[in-house]
Amino acid sequence: MRSSVFLAIAVAVAGLTFAGARVAGNDYVFFAGYTVLQFVVLATAWNILGGYCGYVNFGTAAFFALGAYTSVFFHKTYPLPIPVLFAVAAVVSGVVGLGTGYLTLRLRGAFFSIATLALAVVLQTFVVNWSYVGGSRGAYVIRPGDVDVFGFHLEYIQYLFLLMALLAAASVAIARAIERSKLGYGFATIRDDELAAEASGVPTLKLKLVATTLSGALMGMAGAPFPYYIGYVEPASTFGLPYAVNAIAMPLIGGTTTWIGPLVGSILLGTLQQIVTVTISSEVNLLLVGVLLVAFVIVAPKGLVGLVQPLFHKTGRTWTRPSSKSRDSASASAASSPSTKST
Amino acid sequence: MFESADLLMNALVAGLLLGGFYAAVTAGISISFGILDIVNIAHPAFIIVGSYIAYIVNAHFGLDPILVGILGLPAFYALGALVYQVYYVSFERRGQEALRGLAFFFGLLFITEVVLILVFGVDYRYVSAPYIDMPPISIGFVQLPMRMVVPCVMSLVMLAVLQLFLTRTFLGRAIMAVAQDQLALRLMAADPIKIKRVAFGISIATCAMAGAFLIIIQPVEPSIGRDYIGRVFAICVLGGLGSLPGTLIGAMLLGVVESLTATFYGPSWAPAVAFGLLLLTLAVRPAGLLGR
Repeated sequence: MRSSVFLAIAVAVAGLTFAGARVAGNDYVFFAGYTVLQFVVLATAWNILGGYCGYVNFGTAAFFALGAYTSVFFHKTYPLPIPVLFAVAAVVSGVVGLGTGYLTLRLRGAFFSIATLALAVVLQTFVVNWSYVGGSRGAYVIRPGDVDVFGFHLEYIQYLFLLMALLAAASVAIARAIERSKLGYGFATIRDDELAAEASGVPTLKLKLVATTLSGALMGMAGAPFPYYIGYVEPASTFGLPYAVNAIAMPLIGGTTTWIGPLVGSILLGTLQQIVTVTISSEVNLLLVGVLLVAFVIVAPKGLVGLVQPLFHKTGRTWTRPSSKSRDSASASAASSPSTKST
Repeated sequence: MFESADLLMNALVAGLLLGGFYAAVTAGISISFGILDIVNIAHPAFIIVGSYIAYIVNAHFGLDPILVGILGLPAFYALGALVYQVYYVSFERRGQEALRGLAFFFGLLFITEVVLILVFGVDYRYVSAPYIDMPPISIGFVQLPMRMVVPCVMSLVMLAVLQLFLTRTFLGRAIMAVAQDQLALRLMAADPIKIKRVAFGISIATCAMAGAFLIIIQPVEPSIGRDYIGRVFAICVLGGLGSLPGTLIGAMLLGVVESLTATFYGPSWAPAVAFGLLLLTLAVRPAGLLGR
């Protein structure tokens, strides 16, 4: 299937989801659905770097919050329509992603992961000390009234839902297009054996930077409408660990090698979380995510997709990669050899 | 600047005391990340568990927190050995430590935090011991609060014991050898997995002590562990991977920089210092990080 055709189908699915939610006619459907769609974007974005390249980003919350605070900033200075905010947030988060990647991606993967954790705390400290965007007290963002889109009169939450659905469709289409492009094969070589890739002339650093920038930009876009959705933005929760954990858990539970994994993972886990939050409590919901994450990485390393795939035995386009054992042990030995040390 | 000389001196001394404590917090990471190459980002979570155990025992039986830390060593050692066994079987043996192993520790960190919140809530907990409420000793215009001095001295003792163990005993040398060449160790008929399990157990055991020190220095709530992730890795990288003397130097440096920042710019900027320092180290001296 051509990528443009896939994009058209994805947008159609997003439209149908929106229409379905309209038929349900309950505002809660839009609020809950928005959160799930937001996680589709975050999980897909995480997977572009984590699943395709094999570099773990713990800083999803940082990029997400960067998008959210970009919106807060513009809301206070010069209110912009959300589609424009998407673009601005993408640039801001993308640039920060590029910068972090440039500083740390030349080193072993672990350092990049630690640096992304660091990024979240540094940015949070900046926001806490920046009173213009609310500081540690947080900022109120009044949600605008109804809007008219192409002649349709929509409540604002419905408008946000529609935008997030379209963004989700776009990010899944981007992920799928990457998978099938030269870029995707480049990413796969990094994941499978970075040393060999580098030796065969793959510009690994450049590719990793492309992945980090793209992934960061998408995460920032997911955060851009957040202030309008939630109405009150405050650093501790916007930079909170749950975003990072979810963005990692969803692709790993779904399966990291294809675009389907994060999509399945985020829809299942996102919906489950909405149910648990409402019926039990939000702490139990977080515990559930953590336990599922640990259980899946131990028991089902290929995720749900890996569990289901053998049932279909599809060949051809659905391309299964060889076991990652060889590359990881190779990179592990490559990683440990320079760090041999004596005291 | 001259009128703030005593302020500066006090900040310096406070930083050094804080640094001594940071060294205890980082010692475990120095072993697991520096020597064994296991990126245990859940380490601070285990420290918080140590703090809460010190809190429970102290609140119920009035035992000294540091004594609780020492008594907790075997339990934490066993916990560490168990975690390593799971890690080895599930990730290291399959060669998946890069992506899934990291996610595993991240999950552990998250689960520990959420469980602590579910059980204890988000209230700050603290311990009581005679030296915590003691008025600070003054030397000239420098104040030495015993609340900081006791953990600092005890952590220096702990570091010294660990260093002696790693360099003077057979097992300690075997642990250092694992870092250098696993295959060679296997050829010497030593089981590298067993040695790594022991080493990881020791690294988690330090959390019992570090947790006790932490709750003496400041009240503890479940999520403060996250502030320490950046600190421990910054110190570990700054001081040179896998070297305990390096860890001590890195810890003292970070303690002083943090203390100066808090004194002259305000405490709300302090959390960013460690991470800033880490990013700076990674960016400016990447070659220095990977050993010599």
